[in-house]
Amino acid sequence: MKKVYTRPKTLKEAHFHYCPGCGHGIINRLLMEVVDEMDLREKAICVAPAGCGMLLYNYFDIDTLESAHGRGAAVATGIKRVRPDNLVFSYQGDGDLAAIGTAEGFHAANRGEPISVIFVNNGVYGMTGGQMAPTTLTDQVTTTTPLGRDPILAGHPVRICEVFAMLDGTVYLERVTVNNPAAVIKAKKAIKKAFQCQLDGKGFSLVEVLSPCPTNWKMGPVEACRWIDEVMTKQFPLGVVKEVS
Amino acid sequence: MKKLMSGNAALGEAAVLSGCTCYFGYPITPQNELTEYMAKRMGELGRVFIQSESEIAAINMVLGASVAGARAMTSSSSPGMSLKQEGISYLAADELPAVVVDMVRGGPGMGNISPAQSDYLQATRGGGHGDYKTIVLVPGSVQELTEVVPLAFDLADQYRNPVIVLGDGMLGQMMEPVSFENIKPPKEYPKDYILTGAKGRPARMVRSLLFDTKEEEEHNWKLVRKYQRMEQNEVRYETFMADDAEMIVIAYGIGARIVKGAIKRLRQENMKVGMLRPITAWPFPAAPLQELAKTVRDFFVFEMSAGQMIEDVKLALSGKGRIHFYGRPGGIIPTPIELYRIIGRHYYMAARRKQQ
Repeated sequence: MKKVYTRPKTLKEAHFHYCPGCGHGIINRLLMEVVDEMDLREKAICVAPAGCGMLLYNYFDIDTLESAHGRGAAVATGIKRVRPDNLVFSYQGDGDLAAIGTAEGFHAANRGEPISVIFVNNGVYGMTGGQMAPTTLTDQVTTTTPLGRDPILAGHPVRICEVFAMLDGTVYLERVTVNNPAAVIKAKKAIKKAFQCQLDGKGFSLVEVLSPCPTNWKMGPVEACRWIDEVMTKQFPLGVVKEVS
Repeated sequence: MKKLMSGNAALGEAAVLSGCTCYFGYPITPQNELTEYMAKRMGELGRVFIQSESEIAAINMVLGASVAGARAMTSSSSPGMSLKQEGISYLAADELPAVVVDMVRGGPGMGNISPAQSDYLQATRGGGHGDYKTIVLVPGSVQELTEVVPLAFDLADQYRNPVIVLGDGMLGQMMEPVSFENIKPPKEYPKDYILTGAKGRPARMVRSLLFDTKEEEEHNWKLVRKYQRMEQNEVRYETFMADDAEMIVIAYGIGARIVKGAIKRLRQENMKVGMLRPITAWPFPAAPLQELAKTVRDFFVFEMSAGQMIEDVKLALSGKGRIHFYGRPGGIIPTPIELYRIIGRHYYMAARRKQQ
């Protein structure tokens, strides 16, 4: 019988703590597939966030630091400046990068730090129980926008890729999703490209991944995946937002 | 050979000579000369310098550099120190070395840019969230910075813990002749915890999240045992004319420098006043103070604050002796004559009380 799939070598044999239908597990696996395929296990240093992604080190068989909420890009900057030959990437959620850590992310991007940010956008604060995130859509119901997000009171969903695209230090920004097999393959390619940008010393790269959160969206997994296509991508269009050759 | 340098610049050079390879800072008065000095020097040496977007970013860059194995430093002044507390708490929790400089200014809030000693409690009580301690060094002269800064880096590496250098605006900005000849080449410390990429070894993780309460409690006790070792081994202080003293002044940093001038005058008038000057504010020199309390009854605390170190003096004396206090908060620097008058008056009253 032909083996069509196997666990990436750098993905530990642990049970994910993620909820059923969550996108984190797919993104975690993709990252370690890329690390394996690019032979980066002995080079990679991961900066884990606060939030649902914080237990990455239970799954990744690579050197990992857990950063304070929002400070991933600053910590990654410190590591990368000391170890320019390593592959340094941070894994950050939407609250992490687009709210509390906007300054750190923005300025690392502006300095053109040759790090890669994996930005997981699921439109809510997942681990704390589904509060409004900076990326929550207009009218979307969360525990802190019980009547739906009112832009007059709570602002508008933040498009990080588009904001960062205006900074001269960024070289590669792409928004992808993981809600169907074709999208997963594209997401993996984007991660590979971001890492390659870093290895080539080009500058700051970021991959934004629209990721389903059925638990906090109060949807079934299938419905959540459909919602990404039908609703979320209208605010957050997929594709390469910036690429400097 | 001695050079005339500001405390801030001398601190920078001392850090460079101590093997500091990474500096991250954000402008704030009265410590800008340090950031500016590092911008120039680190550039010349091909070391890492970043003017960060905030103090929060700076302390987290320090954390990143430290976990990557470098000797890293950041500096700020009071309002900026408040922002750094988050990162200091993480450094302590992750057991990562770092040196953090606070050139204290008047506060709370924006306060002013004049020298003050009002960050004592913030520095000596941990400062951020959680059960932790940092060694706090309180130098009193530009020359002493050349002793304290290499020591700060060594202690940070030895204990894998952040170390605070607590100065003030005056120490940072005054110029004094300084020699760096006493600074030895930096020692190498074994670093089996740093992240380098898992080359030929199991992957490492550095974290402070311990969901399991038992695990977190164990981690807390482990840290406590480390702090106890610091308390046993790292207390540093200086006494001045304390042998025959009938009154002991406790003051630190620039405050102690002013007190020294006052004591010289008091001695000319046969008032037997001496001083105990903590060089480590934490661990606080409680035992030497208790020793002095066997023969001395009157203790005089002077601080350029409304009274913060006095808490440690009270704890150390545990009800023994009589504690006098004089504080000048708000960025005021009293003259030696002012202190001579105040201490003299208290000394006279204490002597009267003894006679009665």
